[in-house]
Amino acid sequence: NSTLVVAEHDDATLAPITLNAITAAGKLGNELSVLVTGANATKVAEQVSKVAGVKRVIVAQDDKLKNNLPERVAPVVLAAQKQFNFTAITAGSSAFGRGIIPRVAAKLNVSPISDITEVHAADTYTRTQYAGNAVTKVKSSSAVKLLTFRGTSFEPAAVGSGSGAVENAPNAEIAAGNSEFLGQELSKSERPDLATAKIVVSGGRGLKSGDNFKIIYALADKLGAGVGASRAAVDAGYVPNDMQVGQTGKIVAPELYIAVGISGAIQHLAGMKDSKVIVAINKDPDAPIFQVADFGLKADLFNAVPEMTAALP
Amino acid sequence: MFVFLSPSLSLFSSFFLCLINIKMRILVGVKRVVDYAVKIRVKPDKTGVITEGVQHSMNPFDEIALEEAVKLKEKKLATEVVAFSFGGPKSAEVLRTALAKGADKAIHVTVSDAEAAKAEPLHVAQALQKIVEQEKFDAVFVGKQAIDDDASQTAPLLAGLLDWPQALYASKVEDGGAGSLKVTREIDGGLDTIKVKLPAVLSADLRLNEPRYATLPNIMKAKKKPLKAIAAKELGIDLTPQTSVLEVAEPAQRKAGGFVADVSELIAKLKEKGLVKA
Repeated sequence: NSTLVVAEHDDATLAPITLNAITAAGKLGNELSVLVTGANATKVAEQVSKVAGVKRVIVAQDDKLKNNLPERVAPVVLAAQKQFNFTAITAGSSAFGRGIIPRVAAKLNVSPISDITEVHAADTYTRTQYAGNAVTKVKSSSAVKLLTFRGTSFEPAAVGSGSGAVENAPNAEIAAGNSEFLGQELSKSERPDLATAKIVVSGGRGLKSGDNFKIIYALADKLGAGVGASRAAVDAGYVPNDMQVGQTGKIVAPELYIAVGISGAIQHLAGMKDSKVIVAINKDPDAPIFQVADFGLKADLFNAVPEMTAALP
Repeated sequence: MFVFLSPSLSLFSSFFLCLINIKMRILVGVKRVVDYAVKIRVKPDKTGVITEGVQHSMNPFDEIALEEAVKLKEKKLATEVVAFSFGGPKSAEVLRTALAKGADKAIHVTVSDAEAAKAEPLHVAQALQKIVEQEKFDAVFVGKQAIDDDASQTAPLLAGLLDWPQALYASKVEDGGAGSLKVTREIDGGLDTIKVKLPAVLSADLRLNEPRYATLPNIMKAKKKPLKAIAAKELGIDLTPQTSVLEVAEPAQRKAGGFVADVSELIAKLKEKGLVKA
């Protein structure tokens, strides 16, 4: 019995969410295999083989797999499934994982289960619905489990101590004609990644403009924090969408979450309410964000935030 | 803030836009869900959430998918937009809304309310597959996720079933030339751009467009547009669930910790907890 994790990477480094997925997959109770597909997969596979708990690393290196388009990765996963007969095929719940896992599931006539936050047994999991307003425990009866795991719900697997055996993936027919990767614009930031940062400072509509976000950045830099935003701030065009924290954006669970000028719509709370400590700064004492905050500060953010930045060591 | 890693092809594709007209027939999946503004309550017996007597509407992301299809028709890139819904009798309501917002026809794959409550995205994708195979569509658009189950599965499941390319989390759709679409997608670290050859499956993200409102004259006109109902059983779809719900619970409630007087008290509290350097 073996569980497969499909690795996500940028052709150089393993994506952090794959380490969370490896921890989650480990809880299914089976031996762990990781599939690395890509144009530079061998190099990434070396990193994966050192991850604690990984028994086998399956490598599919092919120029056609550059950028890991789902139409091309799916046949490789299916060929591996044919050879190894995994009991579960899993990935992190990122845009990559959510694209590939259901596509493979369809080919196997399986109902996949998305964005799992807790593993109770090999066939029983918890996930959330309705923007986190309902927590649902489900049991899957499908022959093979096709799963994605929410990154922030599982600790990352340790890197360094593992010694997984690396082998080549079985041959697969990779049709390359129907989709093409043209390019990407990744937000370049010196700040810690939102999804993995220990501290996150987020700004909302209360900031009033994109330019005013500079006070958020200044506080974040003092704290070594990642920067997020509410959907309202994104919709208003203050910041790009990949900074959005919430049901339709990123789900974060840092040690400390500082919400600045954010009212606390259900949509936003769904993305941050698992943070260990929540601080809310807002001038409206009735803002719903204060109902989930450990420390509320009723103040004008344009005074309070620079004051805080200045007072911190 | 952005770094562009590949040369822009926009000049090239706008050139094609003038020369090549894609004549697409688009099927748009729309789901009837509890309205986004409703505060969700879990049933006391923990079997689900309360949906009776609660305002329902079209899944907001499906509205965006529909709007994009209608826009493509207005730009003469599509010839027909057909709305699809899988669900109990009341799903016909969201199909009428879709017709009022610009769909030409509607197809309702019917199941009982009890079956609808247990239906999984795989069953919906299978129904879409059957309709696509019967009526030869060139593209299927759906929302990136439904705001009830938050599964985000229907588009990639359908793409897998049909063996079509998939363009998920679309925030911009353009003519890609030679019977293809160029799609900008919201991914975790920013945006990427792909080209998918038609036929293809697309899922709409939040920023793709702003859906229009249905005007009264269009609501009246929609009543005369064709709405066809087909039972899921007639399509030969096996509705046996693969996932059973053991329990639906309220999320753990956080307790408000109360207010601090000022910034220095806040910093003192955070230092006490070891969250910021002393």
